[in-house]
Parts: sequence; C-alpha cells; structure tokens
Amino acid sequence: MLNEILQILDRDARTTPEQIATMTGASTTEVTNAINQAEKDRVILKYKTIINWDKIGNERVAALIEVKVTPQRDVGFDAIAERIYRFPQAHTVYLLSGTYDLLVMIVGKTMHEVADFVSQKLAPIEGVQSTVTHFLLKKYKEDGEILNGKEEVKRQPMVL
Amino acid sequence: MTTRSKNNSLISQRAIQISPSGIRKFFDIIASMDGVISLGVGEPDFVTPWHIREAAIYSMEKGYTMYTSNSGTPELREALSRQLSDAYGLQYDPFGELLITAGVSEALDLAMRAILDTGDEVIIPDPCYVSYRACVILAGGTPVMVPTTEQDGFEISAEDIESRITPRTKAILIGYPANPTGAVLPKEKLSKIAAVARRHNLLVISDEIYSRLVYGVNHTCFASLPGMKENTILLGGFSKAYAMTGWRVGYAAANREIIAAMTKIHQYTMLCASIMGQAAALEALKSGEKHVREMVADYDRRRKVMVKGLNSIGLPCFEPKGAFYAFPSIKSTGMNSEEFTEKLLIEEKVAAVPGSAFGQCGEGYIRCCYATSLPDIEEALSRMKRFVSKYSK
Ligand SMILES: Cc1ncc(COP(=O)(O)O)c(C=O)c1O
Repeated sequence: MLNEILQILDRDARTTPEQIATMTGASTTEVTNAINQAEKDRVILKYKTIINWDKIGNERVAALIEVKVTPQRDVGFDAIAERIYRFPQAHTVYLLSGTYDLLVMIVGKTMHEVADFVSQKLAPIEGVQSTVTHFLLKKYKEDGEILNGKEEVKRQPMVL
Repeated sequence: MTTRSKNNSLISQRAIQISPSGIRKFFDIIASMDGVISLGVGEPDFVTPWHIREAAIYSMEKGYTMYTSNSGTPELREALSRQLSDAYGLQYDPFGELLITAGVSEALDLAMRAILDTGDEVIIPDPCYVSYRACVILAGGTPVMVPTTEQDGFEISAEDIESRITPRTKAILIGYPANPTGAVLPKEKLSKIAAVARRHNLLVISDEIYSRLVYGVNHTCFASLPGMKENTILLGGFSKAYAMTGWRVGYAAANREIIAAMTKIHQYTMLCASIMGQAAALEALKSGEKHVREMVADYDRRRKVMVKGLNSIGLPCFEPKGAFYAFPSIKSTGMNSEEFTEKLLIEEKVAAVPGSAFGQCGEGYIRCCYATSLPDIEEALSRMKRFVSKYSK
C-alpha cells in the first residue's frame, strides 16, 4: 500500500489523505499513518513544487559540474561528496559511473556567482582532480513535466 | 424521372432501419461552449505511448507505406498469436485463424456479414455498445435484445438468452468488460452461456476490446472456455489497452472457415488495415506491457474516485469492474437520460452520454467515462452535485 500512496504523492504532493483513501480503498487513518511513518523514516523527505522561474522573470543561473576526484581510503567518494554537498549552493550531488565521478548542480543568481563558487570553493577541495562546468541554457522538461506548453487534449468531446 | 426502388427512397431500407447516433445534437451544443468537462468520451485520455508512436514513425521513415497482406503483416499475426497463447493458453494459427482489421469496428461488421443470412437472429444484451445492433441489421440479421438490469450488475444471464432462442437464432453477441456499463461477467456466468451456445449450436461473438482494463478481477476469454474455441469469434483490439484509438487496428480470431469468409469480405471492402497502424500495434505487443499496467493502475484510482463521488452526490452507481465507464442511475431526478444530460451540459458544462443511446434498458442511467484527469473528475463531480441537488425530488 505504501508504494501506491507514494506513487500518488509523487505525481501530486497535494493529494489529501482522504483522496488517497478513496483511490486506494484504504481508510483515511491508514493512509495518514502510512504517510506519517514514511516522513519519520525519511522515505518522504519533503514536498516540493516544480516552478518555471523563467515565466516570472526570476532569472537563475544553473550549472552542471562534472567533478573528477581521487577516492580516499576507507570512505571512498563519500567524504568528498559530503564536503561538496554541505555547501547550500550545491543543489544536487550524484555519484556516477563513467568518465567522471560526481555530478554537482549549482544554482546561483549570476554566472559570476556560480563561477566563483566553482573556482574558489569546489576546485580547491583536496581530492578534487578536475572540474568541467556546463552552464544550463534551457530547460525543456523537469521531473516529468514539460515546461513550456503542455500536450493539450486532442480528443473529441463526445464519442460513443 | 427514372424509377427508383419500390418506396421511391434514395436511401435503402436497411440504412433507414438503423437509428442515428443519439449524441449528434450534443456536438453542436459543446461546440458553442467554453470550459466543458467531458465525461462523454469513449477513449483513453492518454496519448499513445511514445515508443509505439516512434516505432510507427520509424517504419514510415524506412518506407513502409504500402498495402500489407490482406490478413495483416505476418509479424503482427505471429506476435498476436503468441500473446493469445501466453494470456489464455489459446493456440491460434497466425496463418489462417487470425485476421487483422481496421479496429474491432470492422471485425464486428465482417463477423456479422460472414455468418448471417437475411432474417438470422443474434442475441444481444441491452444496454450495449452502439454498433452491435447496427452491424447485425446492416448484415441483414435481426437483433434480439435481452434486457439486463442494474440489480444484476448488467450481467446477461444464460437463462434469459436461452428463453429467446428460436430456430432462426444464429449467434450470441456479447462484449465484456462492457461499454457502457463497465460490467464484467464472472467465469461461472460465461460458462453457463457457453453451455447454452453448445446445446443450441450457436456461435458466440465475443468483443473483448476492454479485456486488459479490469480492476481487481480477472478477465476470462470466452474462447478459452472448454470447447468454445471452435464456436467463438473473438474480437480484440489495441484502441483501449494501448491508447491507440486513432490507429484503427484490431483483430478477429476464429476457426479457419470463419476467418476465411471474413478475410474474403475484408479483402474486397478494406483490403488491409493501415501498415502504420500495424507497425504500431506490433510494437505495442512487443513492449507495451509496462504502459498498460501503469494506465490500468491509473484508471483504477480514477474509477474509485468517480464511483464514490457519484454515490455520494445522489447518483447511485454500481461498481464497474472493467472498461472505463461508470453508469449511475439518474432516476431520482425524475428526468429521462437525454433530458438530464442535455440540461447538465447547458447548465453545468459537464458532458455525459445518455444511457438511452445504448438501448432501452439504458434509460434512467448516464454513462460517465473516467478516462480523464483526476482534477477534471473532481470538478465534474462537484458541478454534478450542484445540479443533482437542484433537481432531486
Ligand atoms: C465495446 C466496444 N467495442 C468496439 C469498439 C471499437 O473499437 P475499435 O477502435 O477497435 O474499432 C468500442 C469503442 O468504443 C467499444 O467500446
């Protein structure tokens, strides 16, 4: 049941426990308890919105930074990853397979701010071998949502 | 003036005999309005999954733009044969026992024309999908309607069928999960119908286009019942399960003699189903399963919201176990179903289909399709609530 509840919330975090109860056939109390437990267990971390900031003229600069690091004895990549993700500017930090190790997404107000962060904070971290910074030019789709224009309904309104 | 047919009519008696669609006038009203929420559709709100569209585009890029074999591409027939074997343990020879058609719509028409002589009777549940009666009449047959009721979950009973059998009865035409009621017939009931068919040597045409859309119950394929493969014309399609209504692909599975007869008619009237549609259908069979599961899970949630909502606003609704329709009773309002739907559309901008469009026994009910977004379903329910409380007696 938890799985189903999570799927529903993942699609729309504002679905109420009553609505989820109707959709799943469980009782409202059962749903509420399951959600509370999931929050406690940090299965649900937080409830977020997907915002198209460009639309309100709130320009933000984002960059994806490939980071090559030297893994450290015993802690592997985790210690360096932690040093990076502690910076609030680091929006997302992933360990990847392939030609580089960490993918860090930085969000800032200006290109300068992002560049400064990379050169002054990220690159000098001990164990960081190299960085490649890619500035993000345009977002087409985020978290399954198409940002500009959505696929409109093309159905006939009445069909037997 | 040259002489026309005996009644001096441009139009054939046969064409005159079939009733016009009961929803034409709604189109005009809807066209003049903004902000209509439609529960009046009979198709998924999903767009065909991208991998299926992509496969069709790719096949066109490679130049597959021609006629195919009359029976459909061998690849599609083979994949279909495997699927029927995996799903139901039924073995249909892709070369002789399967025919790819332009939707179940065409398959239904072919089946009727292949088996009926003038005056042959076909037993059909009422209410039912709008094409059933019309296809029988157009093939020269006589539809014999069997009333079904909400109390019985709109399930047709073997006894009621048997009591209507005459020396002219040729076939039984059923479609479960059902449009418009959402009813699913349990295996025991289907078995009883099979027994009647065997006893009276009748064919059964089983329209199983909604076979994949069942909730919490299993679908039983009529042809998989003991001894029924030879006497069943199984009709199936891609429109509903894979959200492929516009592609126009479906199929018929039956014994060689019947498929040969249907193929003969198909060859002269349709030639073949579209090659793009067949390419898409092949991809759907190969790797569409994941999407089907997701869509079914989604419909199930909406179904529960719709059914609970209808019951709570005073439109009692039995629980539909299949397809994507709810069929609530509107009798408490004292209106007939056409009045109800017309007023509901004009006053609250919610479109639903009057039950009377599906036969006499559909009167007193409306068909609400829940293949629409949850927010729309909820908005529609709240508009309907206002409407019902205004008119409830
Ligand atoms: C019961 C039933 N059979 C057949 C069809 C037609 O299907 P197709 O798109 O395969 O022609 C429909 C479509 O609404 C239907 O509801």
